[in-house]
Amino acid sequence: MDKMPRWADVFLIPLISLLLAAGLSALVILAIGENPWAALKMMVSGALGSTYGWGYTLYYTTNFIFTGLAVSVAYHARMFNIGGEGQAMLGGLGVALACLYLPLPHWLIALPVAAAAAAIFGAAWALIPGYLQAKRGSHIVITTIMFNFIAAALLNYILVNLLRPQGSMDPATAKFPEATHLPTLHDLLAPLGIAFSKAAPANVTFLVGLLACFVVWLLLWRTKLGYEIRAFGHSEPAAVYAGINPVRITVIAMLISGGLAGLMAINNVMGEAERLVMNAVEGAGFIGIAVALMGRNHPAGVLIAALLFGFLYQGGAELALWTSIPRELIVVIQALVILFTGALDDMVRMPVERLFTRRKGEA
Amino acid sequence: MVDNQQTGRPEMVAPDASRAPAIELRGISKAFGPVQANKDISIRVMPGTIHGIIGENGAGKSTLMSILYGFYKADKGEIFVNGDKKNITDSQTAIAAGIGMVFQHFKLVQNFTVLENVILGAEDGALLRPSLAKARKELTALAKEYELNVNPDAVVEDLSVGHQQRVEILKALYRQAEILILDEPTGVLTPAEADHLFRILENLRREGKTIILITHKLREIMEITDTVSVMRRGQMTATVKTSETSPEQLAELMVGRKVLLRVDKTAANPGDTVLEVRGLRVRDEAGVERLKGIDLDIRAGEVLGIAGVAGNGQSELLQVLGGMRSGKGSIRVNGQELDLTGLKSDARSRRKRGIAHVPEDRQREGLIMDFHAWENVAFGYHDDPKYQRGLFMDNDALRQDTQAKMAKFDVRPPDCWLSAKSFSGGNQQKIVVAREIERNPDLLLIGQPTRGVDIGAIEFIHEQIIALRDQGKAILLVSVELDEIFALSDRIAVMFDGQIMGVRDPAQTNEKELGLMMAGITDTGPQGQEASRNG
Repeated sequence: MDKMPRWADVFLIPLISLLLAAGLSALVILAIGENPWAALKMMVSGALGSTYGWGYTLYYTTNFIFTGLAVSVAYHARMFNIGGEGQAMLGGLGVALACLYLPLPHWLIALPVAAAAAAIFGAAWALIPGYLQAKRGSHIVITTIMFNFIAAALLNYILVNLLRPQGSMDPATAKFPEATHLPTLHDLLAPLGIAFSKAAPANVTFLVGLLACFVVWLLLWRTKLGYEIRAFGHSEPAAVYAGINPVRITVIAMLISGGLAGLMAINNVMGEAERLVMNAVEGAGFIGIAVALMGRNHPAGVLIAALLFGFLYQGGAELALWTSIPRELIVVIQALVILFTGALDDMVRMPVERLFTRRKGEA
Repeated sequence: MVDNQQTGRPEMVAPDASRAPAIELRGISKAFGPVQANKDISIRVMPGTIHGIIGENGAGKSTLMSILYGFYKADKGEIFVNGDKKNITDSQTAIAAGIGMVFQHFKLVQNFTVLENVILGAEDGALLRPSLAKARKELTALAKEYELNVNPDAVVEDLSVGHQQRVEILKALYRQAEILILDEPTGVLTPAEADHLFRILENLRREGKTIILITHKLREIMEITDTVSVMRRGQMTATVKTSETSPEQLAELMVGRKVLLRVDKTAANPGDTVLEVRGLRVRDEAGVERLKGIDLDIRAGEVLGIAGVAGNGQSELLQVLGGMRSGKGSIRVNGQELDLTGLKSDARSRRKRGIAHVPEDRQREGLIMDFHAWENVAFGYHDDPKYQRGLFMDNDALRQDTQAKMAKFDVRPPDCWLSAKSFSGGNQQKIVVAREIERNPDLLLIGQPTRGVDIGAIEFIHEQIIALRDQGKAILLVSVELDEIFALSDRIAVMFDGQIMGVRDPAQTNEKELGLMMAGITDTGPQGQEASRNG
């Protein structure tokens, strides 16, 4: 009865979208007089050609896993949480406070404590928009995007006026204590005899990200709460009919979503910078939207899409470093990928669907 | 009426071969993906006749008419209007060819006046005044000719449904339609309004207009049409003269096998009172009072049918009983008061009190259309411990349960992995009915049990309802189909404007009396309330 085999929906369509985006990007690179083939080779070798490249790619991937999952969970409750940016910023604040003010003797203790703080702060930041949506009908898109700006302003104030060490000119916290530093992939893989770049920022949080994908999958498809979230997302009247409280589900879904976005902070704040700086999130909250779109809001899809965007981020940085292709063009390429996989999804989907139904009709 | 057809219409007795058909379709085929909605359909509609098209939901009636009206393009086939081949690409060309359509869901601008609606899209020039004046004159003439009386200055949202439908007909006539297509026109009308509509259609026929009437009600076909075409699964199975056929034969042509048009049931044997409603009042989100003090009793082992035109508070009654809406007043189930506003007023608490609910709109409320059948089988009961295994849902248990229910209720295809939307309306409803009846409730609320359900499944669902009654359960049935109310109910309560107009014994009343009560006309209102109390 279904219109199209599942593999086509899950793999073929994103792949075609990706190729279209790559083709158009190649034309743009050609237009500014560079060789697109050489550029692609440089991106691949820069992002995947060395453990150093992989270290950066996986670092970015980890960020996008969390923000992508955050968007996905909210999406299953039919909410478009575009406040991942702000929620991740607040998550960073939670991490910083935990690392700076709690006695954490070892990273094995620091990691769960900081993660809890990050999730709580992120969830709290999503709670207000979630509550306003559930109780007052204030549209979640509007409130979450406003909360991104409020988060930035709040963090600015806190960093400049409260957390900045005496005499520092930099709006950032002090360095976190040594005991809270997370092991990098180098540290983790060395005992196994695998050499991994020491300089790359990928750290143990990547494993936490993989775990998060699995837990979100369990939550959505194996628990009663996930069942209720998905049922509510498909039809609110049906949820009411089944005795699911819309206010409760809306708030819970936003709390989980915000918590996931907040968790990103253990990667970028605790794992990489080891202090909280302004603008630590670097747009990962917004990339999460594209990751969720491309990953069909499924944790496995989010993981794959996060890897792709991690590659684009790292490969793009390499391009900017070694060629005369300006940094802005990298953003253009990334934007094209988002445009084709996200916004123009139907443009690819409809012809592919038609192709499949026609073949079936002839058979 | 049958006399009228036979004596007054010589060309029906001996069709005038020299006259070209008003509409002729030849070999129309249309597929939506793998679904063949129309398959090689040919039909001739003679001018000046009322031609019925009957078929079950999903038989392809609406698709065929949408092709004729230019909404869809046929994959194959030709359309002739008055003998000329026409290429109908959109509704504008259909209108130009003299075809008008009255949709099931009216396409009127609610806050415009009748006059403004009629000229909308057919204005002459940039200034409205001359068009309005012209339309006013024309409307007066049309009203006189066809009994199409509507106040041209009334705002559409203030009009009754029957009047809104007249505006739709006026719109088509104002655009010089010679051929009028009506899609399920009586679905929302009271019997009296339906009678009026049929008078209008007869007047139109007398003036030489051609009418195509799409319906699934056999009674209407028998009452008013000259010729009837039957559709089944995208194909035209027969075209016969109405005077030469019978409802039984038409039902058989629609379904493809013999069907029982009546429900076999014994007399009810009512026991203790299960549901006691007193002074129930409900306001909707806009603050409009939808239930204005309802008193009702239902006893174990009886079916109470609620008759009424859609939108007179029946939906709200079901919703407040089912815990989807809050209200004021008193509802007792098995002698225990229900919470109507607080924390225990939700659907979950209602289910715990032994109330099962088959909602009126199964696609919006009763099912999650994108969920697998096995996910839907627990819907509303998903917190039952038998579906849980520790922290997680026991999906295996759910799937086994689903297969068992599918077998018992003959759901086709019996595949628990299909999504709800892949099932036909009848099979979707069987899934919902199975879920609710199998919980062995004390009280079953069931709204429009057979809306959009094919005849074969209607039979089955009716049998299940009666079987549950015979087990000594109380059943509240809401339906806009009077036939269904008569077939199933042991007592009939009529609702109008949020009130119970009276309760009747189905053996001692008739459609005419109920029809008047449904329109709010009764001189026994207070007694009816008494009757309900005394059961």
